[in-house]
Formats: sequence, C-alpha cells, structure tokens
Amino acid sequence: MARTALPGRLGERLRWRVATLAAHRDETAGARTLVLDVPAWPGHLPGQHMDVRLTAEDGYSTQRGYSLASAPGAERIELTVQQVDGGEVSPYLVAGMALGDQVEVRGPVGGWFVWRPESTEPVLLVGGGVGLVPLMSMIRTRRAEGSAAPFRLVYSVRAPADRLYLPELLDGTGTPTAVVHTRSAPEGSARPPSRLRAEDLTVHGWPAEQAPTCYVCGPTGFVEHAAGRLVALGHAPERIRTERFGPTGG
Amino acid sequence: MPVISRGFHGRKQTNQDRLPPGQYEVRDFPVLSAGPTPMVSTDDWEFTVVAESGTRRRWSWADLMALPSEQPTVDLHCVTKWSKFDTRWEGVSLDRLLEGVETTAAYALVHSYGGYTTNLPLEDLRHGRAWIAYRYDGADLSPEHGGPARLLVPHLYLWKSAKWVRGIELLAEDRPGFWEGAGYHSYGDPWREQRYRGD
Repeated sequence: MARTALPGRLGERLRWRVATLAAHRDETAGARTLVLDVPAWPGHLPGQHMDVRLTAEDGYSTQRGYSLASAPGAERIELTVQQVDGGEVSPYLVAGMALGDQVEVRGPVGGWFVWRPESTEPVLLVGGGVGLVPLMSMIRTRRAEGSAAPFRLVYSVRAPADRLYLPELLDGTGTPTAVVHTRSAPEGSARPPSRLRAEDLTVHGWPAEQAPTCYVCGPTGFVEHAAGRLVALGHAPERIRTERFGPTGG
Repeated sequence: MPVISRGFHGRKQTNQDRLPPGQYEVRDFPVLSAGPTPMVSTDDWEFTVVAESGTRRRWSWADLMALPSEQPTVDLHCVTKWSKFDTRWEGVSLDRLLEGVETTAAYALVHSYGGYTTNLPLEDLRHGRAWIAYRYDGADLSPEHGGPARLLVPHLYLWKSAKWVRGIELLAEDRPGFWEGAGYHSYGDPWREQRYRGD
C-alpha cells in the first residue's frame, strides 16, 4: 500500500462552499441524483468524496460524506444518495430538498480510492448497490477523456429495480458491464440469484496475471466478500482498493 | 450567516456534549479500510518497537498475552463523521510497552500488516491514552475491526487507531502516514475538528 501523490489543492485549507440544487433525477425508488451548482468548485478526481453540511433554521447542524458521481470538469457536480430508512440526512436529500434549496459542501477529499485518467492499466470495478457511485464517476471520466484504459464493471444488485443509472447503463457507458443479481434475477436470466461468486469475477473481470487495479465499493459485507474473492483469485492485495458504506450514514 | 438548508430539521443529538463538532452518534460499528482485510494468524503475529537508535524490541502474541491488560471504555470518533460511545476494549497500555525503551524521539510512525501507516506524536501514545487492543465488547477482535490486534488511541480520530498493528517506529522528525500523506490532518484532534490538512 504505497502512499499516494497529493494533488496540490489538498494542501490548502478546504473551505465550505454554498451548493444550490439545480436539478435532480430519481435513479431508483430510494436513490436520487442531486445536481448541485457549486461556484468555484475546485474540481475532483473520480472516486473522491466530499462533505455535506446541513443547517436547520434553529442553528442545529450536521455533516455527512458522499461520493461524487459526476466526471470532473462538468460545470455542476452530482451526488447520488440512497435513502436510509430512519436516517437523519438522506431522507431530506432524497425527498425533502427542493430545487433552489442549499447545503454547504467541502472537498474534494480522499486520495486513495481514485482513478487517474492518465493511467493506462486495466481496471476492474466491483460495485455493490449504491457503491456504484464513485465507480460511475470513473467510468464517466474515462469516457469523457477518451481514455483507452481497459475497464470492466461487475455490478451487484439485489433486484433489477435496484440498478442505478439504468438509462446510461443500457445505452452503453463504454465499459463492459455485468450485472449480478443477489435476490431476484430478471426473467430468463441464466444466472440464478446469488451472492457474488468467484466465477462472476473470473468471467467478467480481468485475470490476476494482467494485474488490474481493482476498485471495490459497497456495503461492508459486500466489500469484505468481494475483496476476499479477489485475493483468493490471486489479485495482489495492494492492487485492491476499497471503499465501504456502513449501514449508517443516513 | 450560516447557510440554512430549507426544510431540514435534523434529529437533535441526545449526547451533544459528548459529540465533537460535526459528528453524529451511531449505535452500530461501521468498518472503514482502504484495502482487503489482512488475515493475520496469532502464530505469526509480532509487534515491534524500533527506536531511532535502531534498537528493536519485539513481542510475540504469547508475550503480549502475558502482559497485564487494561479494560478501557472509550468514545470513538471517525473522521467520516460517526461517533460511537462507551466502546469496551481490552488491551495492553502503550505505557507498558514503551517502558524501558530508550528514546528521545518526538514522533511515532505506526505500521500495520497490509502496509497501512499512521503518524502521531509519541506523547500521545503515553499517559494511559493508548493501547494495543485485542478484545472488543467481550470477544476477540474480529479481522474487519483490526484483529488480532489494533492500536487504540481514542482521543484522536479513529484512522490513528491503526488496525492490524505490527509495530511502531520512533522518529526524531514527523513523517506522514497513509491518510496523512493523502490530505488528512497530521494530528487529527476531533475536538478541534482537525479532519484535513490545514484545519
């Protein structure tokens, strides 16, 4: 696990910026993409996240971290938030926040779970549920930059209706994508629903001999499982980067 | 003037005085780590302290188990915003492990199985504030939470409490660890909200 190079801007104090909701898109029944106007957003690397601060009228304030979904360079930044039942923040972001409403944001942060567009090595993305978000930023960046780095995505969801970014996935993202269903598969699917299996990774990923960089993101149980399978298949642990969503974070 | 998020009410935290700024309380125990969970057998486990002189002290798992342990109950504060109160641990105080280590070093670089590192002033490992912890909530520490043993230094953000700890290097000069080299704060005091460099 080598230390990562540090973009210069991370060395400066990260300041809070006002973000205004410019648009939103419902991705699934419980997940919404927020399109935010953030004047003077300093840009980010795909995979990075940012802090969001919400302040109520009585002055009460709380913060959460969210991965960026958009490619850097876009005028507006995008987050995709999954509503957590009983959560404090996500119900507001997914269902309560109206166009023109504001939050504060600070970032980007994180220098490890990132993909750099100048890199050319093969990349295997393994996402579980809403863990697709930072991987989608990588996929979108690769396409926007015209990168020839070979990408593959293995995307695990409980049921077909849980797929994020469906129109974009169906339309083709430039990244070959295999969707793995864990609870209910589409009719006629050859693969019965099951937890991610080693063969899902061998059939749809890259062989360990090609030494891809693997980015694994999802809930803790998924990440533990998927990263363990990759290690068992011979991928070097130092080439496997993980990002975990706890059941909290709501 | 703070920016108000219209329509946001939030949930007032019941233990506000125990929460550092920007934190919220959780009841579960989230897992955060940068790579696969290393599987370290206690047969192979060792812990070393290397002084700036090069002098090395080494403990096997049996050596560690033979030392008197303490059972701290502490609050944890993760830089990703969650805090967890009254977590119960068992481990060996760093005061005991550093006893008899001759050093004038001011800094420590903590090393983990799997390659993770984190830095902190040596003083922060002393005075009953840091442990090599191997039990959590009455059970052996699980691998995903850093087992067989992790550093526990709860007065700093939790990334300083290195999981899968394997040694401490004592240094005259501060040297950034894994997250500290990637833009996180060198010290990481939750009460001063030192999350990122420059905070």
